[in-house]
Amino acid sequence: MPFPAGDTLLILPELFLTAAASFVLLWATFVSRPRERGLAFFSIGALAATGLLLFVSARMAGTLPRSAFGGMFAMDRFGLYFKGILLLVGIVTILFSLRFISVSPYPGGEYYGLILFSTVGMLFMASGTHLASIVVALELMALSQYVLAGYFKRETKSLEASAKYFVLGAFSSGVLIYGISLVYGAAGTLSLAGIATAFTTAKPPAFLVIGIIFVGCGMFFKIASAPFHVWAPDVYEGAPTPISAFFAVGPKLAAYAIFARIFFVGFGPRAGDWSAIIAASAALTMVVGNVGALMQTNVKRLLGYSSIGHAGYALLGLLAYGDASGIGLWSILVYLLAYAFMNLGAFGLVILLESKGYAGESVDDFNGLAAKNPWLAAAMLVFLLSLAGIPPTAGFVGKYFLFSAAMKAGWFWLSLLAVLMSAVSLFYYFRIARAMYLVEGEGTLHWREEPAVSAAIALCAAGTLAMGILPGPFVQFARTCLLPFGP
Amino acid sequence: MNPSMASYLPILYFAIMAAIIPVAGLAAMSLLRPSKPTPTKLAPYECGVASPTEAFDHRFSVRYYLIAVLFVVFDVETIFLFPWAVMYHRLKLFGLVEMLVFLAILVVGYVYAWRRGALSWA
Amino acid sequence: MIGVTHYVALSFLLFAIGVTGVLIRRNLLTVLMSIELILNAANLNLIAFSRQLGDLNGQLFAVFVITLAAGEAAIGLAIIISMYRLKGSVNLDDASELKG
Repeated sequence: MPFPAGDTLLILPELFLTAAASFVLLWATFVSRPRERGLAFFSIGALAATGLLLFVSARMAGTLPRSAFGGMFAMDRFGLYFKGILLLVGIVTILFSLRFISVSPYPGGEYYGLILFSTVGMLFMASGTHLASIVVALELMALSQYVLAGYFKRETKSLEASAKYFVLGAFSSGVLIYGISLVYGAAGTLSLAGIATAFTTAKPPAFLVIGIIFVGCGMFFKIASAPFHVWAPDVYEGAPTPISAFFAVGPKLAAYAIFARIFFVGFGPRAGDWSAIIAASAALTMVVGNVGALMQTNVKRLLGYSSIGHAGYALLGLLAYGDASGIGLWSILVYLLAYAFMNLGAFGLVILLESKGYAGESVDDFNGLAAKNPWLAAAMLVFLLSLAGIPPTAGFVGKYFLFSAAMKAGWFWLSLLAVLMSAVSLFYYFRIARAMYLVEGEGTLHWREEPAVSAAIALCAAGTLAMGILPGPFVQFARTCLLPFGP
Repeated sequence: MNPSMASYLPILYFAIMAAIIPVAGLAAMSLLRPSKPTPTKLAPYECGVASPTEAFDHRFSVRYYLIAVLFVVFDVETIFLFPWAVMYHRLKLFGLVEMLVFLAILVVGYVYAWRRGALSWA
Repeated sequence: MIGVTHYVALSFLLFAIGVTGVLIRRNLLTVLMSIELILNAANLNLIAFSRQLGDLNGQLFAVFVITLAAGEAAIGLAIIISMYRLKGSVNLDDASELKG
């Protein structure tokens, strides 16, 4: 037998989720529209059960990290950390979608199936240790998401978002794969550990740098950082809102997981070649995202630009690769968890407040929210404070460690720029807070009583506050989930 | 004949066989069938549809596209069957199970397309 | 003698044509074809290097890339068809509702 049976145990959670997703897809063809809620609850159950299986298989695997399938897949705490968050993101997305999909004229079965398939892709991304398995997982995620973006296929905006996402996503995958082909020629292997060994022992050919740059460009596309960010605001605005929430968090986290793994583990020995590129992109991303958000009146678009800015902050952690304490990596881990909570929460508010179907998501829709529903307004305030990085919220904790990681690595000007851009971000986050608390509503304010969305928002708010008030346990946990740097 | 040429002999045999079969088939048919030509029978046709003899200037029905897409996907998937078939004796049961899992996933896609009516023309 | 350098040069050419196509063409079908060119450029590299290195991983990856390209083509065509039905055009410039 080519692989030991224990290898299958390590991918058991992913196998289970694949089976569940296939089941949902088939079940969808038998179920009538009013009964589609069952599919949604089944999907949530499947995601939760996958989490449980993840725990069980990690326990049964014994000492981590463990590698499986000839170095294609690794079960380590780094991957498990991401998988935990990604499953949570999937559950929250489905909670957001329950009513949104059932009142829309589009069937829900495929929708939930695609979310599950996309989650399977992201789980495999978090564990991929071979460029081939990483690319296949990435495509599984991306292909499902192109369809999800255009799910409201008779609405021009949704279809446009899908077309743009597809063209730029497929293009970036192409560039990424081309870069990988050059790296393969230089290193003679596709496994990340092998690449690192090849680069430490021998002097690689000159085209390796081109390969690394192309791989970097592909990654910049996937995390939506400048100069490859243009798709993000359009896609977030045009896609169905629960899907925008999903896109703003899920794929970004998964992309960061492979970004960190490829560049730390695989390209670690060549850090001199890539750190300047990442620094340049981080600087540009922070400026473009935060300045771009200033002009927005559409909240989904505003959150799109703000998420570009956040992608820029997180890049700072990658620059601190040299620090022996591993602060570069664990600050990213802490930040991404905070990012997931606060961004999902903010999008949740947009879903609840949508007044005219799926087009009315302007800042004005928040006018007078505090007077009519203080709880919702308070939750949104928590998310906004966190996004802006003000204590005592998760966003502050995340930013604090990221910026100090950049300082420790000697990137003073970048940390300074990051602080400056956080100050700029106050302006546009404050616009929403002002609309909620200081502007009179004109009777147009409208929110829906939706227990599922409210519960998800409460969960996100609790997470945001817990991380902000008691960061210790979260940081301690993230510090145990590091990757080795280099071979 | 030198040995490196000899290794190409099977290809020659194969080519000869490939030529003989259709020629033999056509010959047998022309000997056995009755010959009563009418203008309709003599008209050129393709896949059961009257073939256009003028320049092709109309569009295919958009339904072709769905079939084409399904064809592309299922056709390309067979690429994985070849390496498996070549290595079958070394992969043994493990390979067989893996391939069955792979085919099961393909069948899910097939059943889905079928249930959603992608295979019915009307 | 044709060596690996020739293949890499050819694949870089294909890659450049593909990137140019994506950047300057506005017709979605042409853009899709350009993306396929990029993927095939990568495949050419992978196979040439694989032969040079005597390592099968590159060829194996190329097989996966071919499958991914088929999946991308299928979904891309689906999006193009939906767009044509809705707007009567497959031009990216006509997709201009999302701006700001």
